[in-house]
Amino acid sequence: MCGIVGLHLKEAALHRRLGELLTPMLLAMSERGPDSAGIAIYGDRALDGSLKWSLRASAGEIPWDDVGARLGRELDTIVQMRRVADAAVVTLDGDPKLVMKTLTEWFPDVTVVSFGHSVEVFKDVGRPAEICKRYGIAERTGFQGLGHTRMATESAVTTEHSHPFAAGADLCLVHNGSFSNYASVRRRLSDAGITFQTDNDSEVAARFLAYEIEHGADLGEALESLMNRLDGFYTLLVATESQFAVVRDSFACKPAVIAETDEYVAMASEYHALATLPGIDKAQVVEPMPREIHLWSR
Amino acid sequence: MVTLNCDELSTREVNSLLHRLPVGSAVTITNPRGRHNLAVGLSNALEVTIDGNAGYFIGGLCSGPKITVNGFVGWSVGENLMSGSVRVNGNASESAGASARGGEIYVSGDASSRAGISLKGGTLVVAGDVGHMSGFMAQAGVMLIGGDARDALGDSLYEAVIYVAGAIDSLGSDAIVEDLEDSDVHLVKELISRSGFDHISPEDVTRVASARRLYNFEALSGVAY
Repeated sequence: MCGIVGLHLKEAALHRRLGELLTPMLLAMSERGPDSAGIAIYGDRALDGSLKWSLRASAGEIPWDDVGARLGRELDTIVQMRRVADAAVVTLDGDPKLVMKTLTEWFPDVTVVSFGHSVEVFKDVGRPAEICKRYGIAERTGFQGLGHTRMATESAVTTEHSHPFAAGADLCLVHNGSFSNYASVRRRLSDAGITFQTDNDSEVAARFLAYEIEHGADLGEALESLMNRLDGFYTLLVATESQFAVVRDSFACKPAVIAETDEYVAMASEYHALATLPGIDKAQVVEPMPREIHLWSR
Repeated sequence: MVTLNCDELSTREVNSLLHRLPVGSAVTITNPRGRHNLAVGLSNALEVTIDGNAGYFIGGLCSGPKITVNGFVGWSVGENLMSGSVRVNGNASESAGASARGGEIYVSGDASSRAGISLKGGTLVVAGDVGHMSGFMAQAGVMLIGGDARDALGDSLYEAVIYVAGAIDSLGSDAIVEDLEDSDVHLVKELISRSGFDHISPEDVTRVASARRLYNFEALSGVAY
């Protein structure tokens, strides 16, 4: 079991309340996932084509000032660094491949959690309430957010194995369920040069979507390919900088509820996670049908 | 009239208070906000009204009470109901009436996938549509669907009977359409009268039952393996 939540704000006046609205949604899903939790916040776009990198330590203490200095030197650019508990968000203008290469060479204990123009991802092992507090999620602003509470079934309980999985620029996925043929899909992606951080089944789905999008598919087409290629049980919530999508497997084994008003689209595993949202009594609440792609663009 | 406010009481407190009320009491549960497991396991014949949207397993395992939900419900409403009734004035999510052994479950809107799964003698009446695999392995009891049924209706049915007023996307394994007899029309009329879902025309429903081909192994099936 796992819990997933997402909030896509259509009304700009609500952007300053994103974290405040998303946090109780995630906490309502604590029983579905007490092991670990993660949140993706889509907020202010980095200036002038710069990218934001959410980084964390996979082991030990990281000398974050050295990381910033080294990235600045190797990429010959200005680096902004914001520390958030034991994680850091680095903003810089430079080739993502070179950023990755620099981090791998100089700071092998630094893990890239996400990168993109708008997205920041925070995840950790522990109770969802503690994790939200640690990373100050309730105070965050933004136009869109995803959250996941994890009860591990397929792989280990570590921060690396927790969701959201951010596989491409601004692409995040949260998953409730389990894929059965992910090993063979991962082999095919590995053959195509894709690298994986974990042995987790959901990471395969995220990298599959990123691969499809990189090869010209839009998010809807990529999800269609995923349904044809990956077998198993899933409710997926996927977001990019401009889109927000929900899909369930052909048996609809895992729950999902979507509520929509003029102000927002909200999604959760269970309705009570949506019950705290403003105007929920007037919202149109639907349960997505099997294999139906529900997609919103901004 | 007793009012139990979910904003002030835990689910355990609500249920424990319900269990202690004398037969015939009328109770309203307010502010459910999608709360699971409300009014479960009651063996006293109360009249319980849940005012708002509720979560999973509403009215499950009950024997006797008359429960009304003014809102939608999550998975498995009336699961393993023994007797009494659960009426949902709204939509129901998956597995409505799962394994109900007796009693009646009425859904005024649509029910989702696997409605009436493993029904064991209960009655499930849905005014609108039902999702895929409804009536899966239903052993006894009756389902009446006022709208359409999605794929694989009545897959691996035993002795339960399903009546559908609208279209059936597809029948599940071993489910067949049978001729409607007078006794069926009488039964459907009675269910319409009890449910109040009078958009259903009793002479025009489709009767789905088991072909009973899965009841026994066929000696010759062995050659397939």
